[in-house]
Amino acid sequence: MTTTENAAAGPTDPDAAEIPKISFDTDPASYKHWTLDLDGAAETGVAYLRLDIDETAGLVPGYELKMNSYDLGVDIELYDATQRLRFEHPEVRAVVVTSGKDRNFCAGANIRMLAQSSHPWKVNFCKFTNETRNGIEDATTSSGQTYIAAVNGTAAGGGYELALACEQILLIDDNSSAVSLPEVPLLGVLPGTGGLTRVIDKRKVRKDRADVFATKSEGIRGRQAVEWKLVDETVPKRAWDETVRERAAEAAARSSRPAGARGITLPPLQREETDDGITYRHVSAAFDRAQGLVEITVHGPSGGVPESLERVHELGADFWPLAMTRELDDLILRLRANELELGTWIIRTKGDVEDALAFERIIAEHSGDDWLVNEIRHYFKRVLKRLDVTSRSLIALIEPGSCFAGALLELALACDRQYMLDGTLDEEAGEQGDEAQIVLSESNFGAFPMGNGLPRLASRFYGDDDHVAKLRQEVGRRISAREAMDLGLVTDAPDDIDWDDEIRIMLEERASLSPDALTGMEANHRFVGPETMESRIFSRLTAWQNWIFVRPNASGPEGALRKYGTGRKADFDRRRV
Amino acid sequence: MSIDYTEKIPNNVDLAGDRKLQRALESWQPNFLNWWKTMGPAVPTQDVYLRTAVDVGREGWAQFGHVAMEEYRWGVFLAERGDDRRIAFGEQKGEPVWQQVPGEYRADLQRLIVIQGDTEPASVEQQRRLGETAPSLYDLRNLFQVNVEEGRHLWAMVYLLHAYFGRNGREEAEALLHRNSGDLDSPRILGAFNEETPDWLSFFMFTYFTDRDGKYQLGTLKESAFDPLSRTCEFMLKEEAHHMFVGTTGVDRVVARTAELMREHDTDDVGPHGGIPLDVIQRYINFHYSVSLDLFGSEQSTNAANYFTAGLKGRWQEERRRDDHVLTEDSAYVDLVKDGEITTNEVPALLALNHDLRNEYVKDCQSGMKRWNRVLENAGVDRTLTLPHVGFNRDVGLFADQYVSPSGQLMTKEQWEAKKDSWLPSEVDKTHVRSLMRPVYEPGKIAGWIAPPSNGINGQPFDYEYVHLA
Repeated sequence: MTTTENAAAGPTDPDAAEIPKISFDTDPASYKHWTLDLDGAAETGVAYLRLDIDETAGLVPGYELKMNSYDLGVDIELYDATQRLRFEHPEVRAVVVTSGKDRNFCAGANIRMLAQSSHPWKVNFCKFTNETRNGIEDATTSSGQTYIAAVNGTAAGGGYELALACEQILLIDDNSSAVSLPEVPLLGVLPGTGGLTRVIDKRKVRKDRADVFATKSEGIRGRQAVEWKLVDETVPKRAWDETVRERAAEAAARSSRPAGARGITLPPLQREETDDGITYRHVSAAFDRAQGLVEITVHGPSGGVPESLERVHELGADFWPLAMTRELDDLILRLRANELELGTWIIRTKGDVEDALAFERIIAEHSGDDWLVNEIRHYFKRVLKRLDVTSRSLIALIEPGSCFAGALLELALACDRQYMLDGTLDEEAGEQGDEAQIVLSESNFGAFPMGNGLPRLASRFYGDDDHVAKLRQEVGRRISAREAMDLGLVTDAPDDIDWDDEIRIMLEERASLSPDALTGMEANHRFVGPETMESRIFSRLTAWQNWIFVRPNASGPEGALRKYGTGRKADFDRRRV
Repeated sequence: MSIDYTEKIPNNVDLAGDRKLQRALESWQPNFLNWWKTMGPAVPTQDVYLRTAVDVGREGWAQFGHVAMEEYRWGVFLAERGDDRRIAFGEQKGEPVWQQVPGEYRADLQRLIVIQGDTEPASVEQQRRLGETAPSLYDLRNLFQVNVEEGRHLWAMVYLLHAYFGRNGREEAEALLHRNSGDLDSPRILGAFNEETPDWLSFFMFTYFTDRDGKYQLGTLKESAFDPLSRTCEFMLKEEAHHMFVGTTGVDRVVARTAELMREHDTDDVGPHGGIPLDVIQRYINFHYSVSLDLFGSEQSTNAANYFTAGLKGRWQEERRRDDHVLTEDSAYVDLVKDGEITTNEVPALLALNHDLRNEYVKDCQSGMKRWNRVLENAGVDRTLTLPHVGFNRDVGLFADQYVSPSGQLMTKEQWEAKKDSWLPSEVDKTHVRSLMRPVYEPGKIAGWIAPPSNGINGQPFDYEYVHLA
């Protein structure tokens, strides 16, 4: 994260700045900052993602994206590219991430942008970039799409963190290009996009060396970078293109991707947006601004179950599990970025339990042998993980007519609380028919692990393997509200007499609590048990970073983040906290 | 089975149209009746001449007739109000009142209602055996009237818990029947409601002093921004006034009889003549007054401040007061002991709301003293009854660990203990009063320690058969 911009004008109070409305829609033809080069991919299996940032095309006014430094807009394109590579380009087995600029790979997040951004913006930005980098790693491990960083110039801060998300890092050996994490020495913040964590967890850099590296603003280059395991190899300039090509070809050769697969198209999402909500085909969200909540409804599949895999491929983005997942993903991102005051998300499902299970069976049966089905499973897994790290109160309401079954039950399990109506609401009896029921399927026991590596059920009953085993025997059975209560699958199961009051009061009570305390509490409760690199990035690195972000030493008027580029030094409060 | 709800449970809350409430109350009512049978009045009766409220209007609230007590129709009533009621105080002053419990205040409102509700059946339990020693059928009837109305007040609080607080509210409503006065494992919430009412003098004192605390608590809840609570309490206050009438006139009649005996026998010591000496009456006053003061909570209270600011609980006669009703800038003086002296301390007005309410109560209690002293004066007895100092015999609040005499002198524990029996009912006093407690069940007859009332109930004569014993 560096920039040479002159910030003499000094940013105004960032937390007073209005947050612009963000859209996550884009496609390769509209990219301003990236090019997705698929020339020859059909033969080589290698795609090139070139970062060539248009410095005048920042998402909001007030900064220039010099030296390939990025803002959220750049990352939205990157996310789009990674998704399209997985769904539209199954022929791609290796992805080379490199720079389109000379001698400059990427300078990380733009500092002027960070300095002028409000705290929620910074936090949200970091969360999204983290998720995208986790997704890059997921493509490598789950999709046979190996990412290789071809660092053809200086990679500083977030630029190096982007490289760290790749499976291999090649650094050009030109006696000037270095990798660095200069956040601590220059900006008084952390390399918060997984940098600190990946250096030690993934690259296995010794902690004392990591300490030296992360406090050395100019970074490390050449042989030392290899010795310290910061990069995998350095390559002289003249052999650069050839070596990159070779490494990519090697990675492609190792890929499990099937030959001759044809991708599907991800068309723009159909979405209707008003002041009061967002409606997609399978997902809808109604805003209640007075109550500070949003009611999200995920509709189960309508129409028949595809009779064959061919039909699934034919349906492509219209295949319900994928269509629904894309919409939910988009909704989560929009709500997180644009609706900060809707602090409680109510999650419902609507639809037929059997249909939901039938669709899920396709996923379960074929995620091992069909690349597309596999991608859909992992995509839903990633979207669920987005929910897990969403700083909103998540409440599942399981009502008659819902279809919390198998994979969709994960939505409820991701919530902080689950309320299930015992019986039916009288006035609607007859129309609603059956009482609410939930169904466990095999996929609740491992298909969609959380960031801590555990299935949500195993997290919920952490340390009680016997109970998880008992639940496994319930697979496929329709579970009523009272049984769900006894099995510990729901928080409460009020009957029709209590339902309205219980839910209303619970929601109002929730809304009266401190949003910050809730965020902290929920994040602590959601992740039980073991840590993984991923969970450490969110629970440790991010939490520390967010603390540092609000400290005067970073974001106060005299703080390092605000003073950077002014030619003046930060005035630190020297007390250790 | 179709039930005529208006007939069975008189109400003005559209019980017949509220299926949810019906089901909730239906499951609660058998438990309530069961409680009434085991914890209610111990004297078996056929029927009692009782007042039943069947409506909130002038006509409806006092229907008289002989009814079997277990068939008493406990109703649910809210005082009628205009639609445009606004919050009169606190942070949300001027906003419309709430017809639902805001989730933000659920816990606090529920707690306030549970505490209020807990006191209602408690007094029934405390007075359970009193009927066995009633001084007349008239008094026996009054006791039962108070009892059934306390039962109705319990219904009123249970209604609120059922109608507005969901499952949690229902569980709390159940618990109101499971806590019992004086029960070692599961006592009533407030200490004063775990003391047995052992004799009729205590009963009159209780209805005068302790029910009067209830009046003031209800008065603050009547101001609440939670409209159903406000309207419930307003109607309850009407009935509470009758309970205090029983206390006021009861003490009147004891004092009158004592004065009569003093004149007749020309002695202060009317004990041997079957009366209750004035000194004993004074000691009973000292006791009941001081324990009732404890019910107001600590003089300085952040809870009360929070309740006020949130709009849950106002001040006595909130709307008649001339201030900003927000009180964030005001201060008040509270009594306390500092440096070995009883003095006052200036504190933010918000923190002194319990003290404010207690002062209103003290003023009200003074009027009783005036009244009883007039009885003495009219009888030509040159003695007066007085209220002890507010710091006397206190277990709660700023005087809790202090030893203060009835006249307001600070003393050591030893000094205080040495005088205790001349200030509070002694064993000798209690034994004497108890010895006078013999039932008189014959119409028109009355025990010798108390004067007959000047009027009967609802225009009936004193010798009317108010109660048919079983």
